[in-house]
Amino acid sequence: MTTTTETGAQAAAAGAAGVLEARGVTMRFGGLTAVDGVDLSVGDREIVGLIGPNGAGKTTFFNCLTGLYVPTSGQVRYKGALLPAKPYKVTQAGIARTFQNIRLFANMTVLENVMVGRHSRVKEGLFSAIGRGPRYRAAERDSRENAHELLDFLGIGRHSGSLARNLPYGDQRKLEIARAMASDPGLILLDEPTAGMNPQETRATQEVVFKIRERGLAVVVIEHDMRFIFGLCDRVAVLVQGRKLVEGTPEVVRADERVIAAYLGTPVDGAADDSEGTAS
Amino acid sequence: MGNDVPEQGSTAGPAAEPTAGPTVTTEARLAEARRVSPSAAKALVTVGAVASLASTFLAWTWTPDFPGDLSVTGYPGGNQWITLAVSALLLVALGPAYGVPGLRWLAPRGHVRLLRGLALANLVSTWYVLLAVAIELNGIANWVSGSWVAAIATLLPAAGSFLLADDRHEPARARPLPRWLQVAVVFAAIMLAMLVTEYGITTGYTEEFIGFALAIGFAAWGLNSSGVLARLTDLTAQNRAATSVSALVAALVFVFIQNSDAYNTIADDIVIFATVALGLNIVVGLAGLLDLGYVAFLGVGAYTAALVSGAASSRFHVAYPFWAQLVLGIFVSMVAGVIIGAPTLRLRGDYLAIVTLGFGEIFRIAVNNLNGASGPDLTNGPEGIYGVPDLKLFGYDFGQQHQILGTTFGKFGNYYLLLLVAMAIVVFIFTRVNDSRLGRAWVAIREDETAAEAMGIHGYRFKLLAFGLGASLAGLAGTINAHLLNTVTPDQYNFSASAPPNSAFLLAAVVLGGMGTITGPLLGAALLYLVPYKLQFFNNKQLLLFGLALILMMRFRPEGVVPSRRRQLEFHEDQIAEAEAQQVAAAGTQGQEAGAAA
Repeated sequence: MTTTTETGAQAAAAGAAGVLEARGVTMRFGGLTAVDGVDLSVGDREIVGLIGPNGAGKTTFFNCLTGLYVPTSGQVRYKGALLPAKPYKVTQAGIARTFQNIRLFANMTVLENVMVGRHSRVKEGLFSAIGRGPRYRAAERDSRENAHELLDFLGIGRHSGSLARNLPYGDQRKLEIARAMASDPGLILLDEPTAGMNPQETRATQEVVFKIRERGLAVVVIEHDMRFIFGLCDRVAVLVQGRKLVEGTPEVVRADERVIAAYLGTPVDGAADDSEGTAS
Repeated sequence: MGNDVPEQGSTAGPAAEPTAGPTVTTEARLAEARRVSPSAAKALVTVGAVASLASTFLAWTWTPDFPGDLSVTGYPGGNQWITLAVSALLLVALGPAYGVPGLRWLAPRGHVRLLRGLALANLVSTWYVLLAVAIELNGIANWVSGSWVAAIATLLPAAGSFLLADDRHEPARARPLPRWLQVAVVFAAIMLAMLVTEYGITTGYTEEFIGFALAIGFAAWGLNSSGVLARLTDLTAQNRAATSVSALVAALVFVFIQNSDAYNTIADDIVIFATVALGLNIVVGLAGLLDLGYVAFLGVGAYTAALVSGAASSRFHVAYPFWAQLVLGIFVSMVAGVIIGAPTLRLRGDYLAIVTLGFGEIFRIAVNNLNGASGPDLTNGPEGIYGVPDLKLFGYDFGQQHQILGTTFGKFGNYYLLLLVAMAIVVFIFTRVNDSRLGRAWVAIREDETAAEAMGIHGYRFKLLAFGLGASLAGLAGTINAHLLNTVTPDQYNFSASAPPNSAFLLAAVVLGGMGTITGPLLGAALLYLVPYKLQFFNNKQLLLFGLALILMMRFRPEGVVPSRRRQLEFHEDQIAEAEAQQVAAAGTQGQEAGAAA
């Protein structure tokens, strides 16, 4: 809880020095509006939770942020600069992500997976790979050391030589985080990092996210586990049917009746209209 | 095995006799038969091996009509050499069975399968020849006493080895060898492999080659399941430099120990085929792009070099030096690769395969028509470009005979040396690129393109790079190929034909050999070239056999002859994953214990 109060001030300052600024992001697939005018801002070293019932458009919103989808309208700025609409350029710019259904490179080793994550921060190309000059060797050593450091950071260093697909489930989730962090991002997007985990593993993941923040990263988390979200986040946004219903501190969101109604399936009328009012 | 025999014997015993039909499994019958004590079974193998070895010194038929002349008593000839070698090997393999010190390394995973493999190799290859004698010379009357000795003697080890209970187990831990011994073992193994290959290439008649192939096939199975090949692979992996040097030395020795232009031609073709297959391995094996029109890039390289080589029928009357031809050939192939890749690489999977197939055919048809009549005059149409002069490098004329270290090098021997250099370059590039940021990016794209892009990999650009690099390496081989053949015609660059190199065979060499490895495509190329070449009596049924071989291979060993670790895992996921998970768990508990102790 100390972390939450400490960053309360930072959250207030977030408007000025925002890491991520999403304005009116809308995504339509034909006649279906999956994400409808969602605003979200993330401040420096802030942990923001994104919750909502299944099909609320959380992952679609993530995909809009990371360039996997090009939003129908709206814009996303990262540290003031407009984000390009290609996944590799978004990673280059400094946003990394994990996937809801684990998408590791299953037949590469754990170390190689993380080294692939480093890709955008290394420039060595074909000729330096063939020539192997001192610069190439330095870059390769740097990637390797960085990968080992991250694996140790997440506590899966002992697996570095085994193939990614052979890791236990929880460690595969951690490896996804390590791989994402290898690109030295300023913001990391975690898509259901505790799905399928037992309570102990979930608690451990919470600690990991706090430690990630300590390294100077901002974090956005999609999650269904309310205890996890409310114990972790500085701010929580609730998406329902593609619209942002409520945004605020965990206490505010937890107390909001519309959130409970949304999860229980009661129809919500005109919810989006006054959602701005409740945002703190 | 001792304790489980009685109960199996009692269940299978009485029922087995009358109804030896489908109800009684072979296993049960084997179990029944295994009441023979292991020492008796081993004795059976020993006696059989010695007898079959001895039988090769007897005549196997009375007439020298059978190819290889098996009618000489006191000296082995023709196929008898194969039986002799396999019998000798079988005697050596009895070493681990009897626990002879110094020979246990032959069977780290158990000696019974090694014995079975070698015994089968001996049995099948010998019986094949004996049956061939009987059939080709019209009748079993052509067998003489030596044939009967050989026939019975080769049966004994097979029977004996299958009477022994399977002793397959986890490989025993390898004893650490001193460095020099490791290098010596690697060198010896590679030389031996070269000698075996050399024997296969220089087999003089079909029966000899078939006997050889049968023996090799079964022996390889035995050696593989006894775990000795895996151990050798480990050694080569630990001694990369020594392995490369040994391979190069072996390839050089090859051309010194046999020196006829006929066999050097085969060797040249295999090396070209293998070099191009290695280039394709970058595209298919690493980046996972199924390219069915790859031979076109070999053609682009060959045509480019031929056009500027000073060939009489070339439209351009220029004769560039070889290095300029090489650079131009590589460059033009690369440009062709990028031009073909740029629109097609936006497709994935099957669609890409179909489109590359189309482009491969477009190349062939285009050069067929660029003869001035149906298109601009560039490639001299179906006649192609003939009269491409032989290379001259540093005053060394590749078309002339040369004396090197007392050996005469004819044209094909000369080119063999040059092709080795080209192949070494391709192998070098492949290894370096495979283990780099580039190779990792390619494998990541192959594994999951969406995730790779989310990791900052520009998928399209890297796929194009793989395509371009693959094309340039094929172009490199093409420039030399033009000079080797002195002629470049469109029909050398088909999608599919009865002889390599063509796109279908190239892809098959990569897939059969083992994607993403170096030895895989080399082995695949050698097999796919030699087998159709040596079995020419099949004529137009070669492709049928080839298809059959592919189907069997995909059914029983989908990861290829030489599997890369990654590939093996994809196809035998459950078994390996289980073994590895246990390893990881063991390592984990060890780590925890160590942590607790600290």
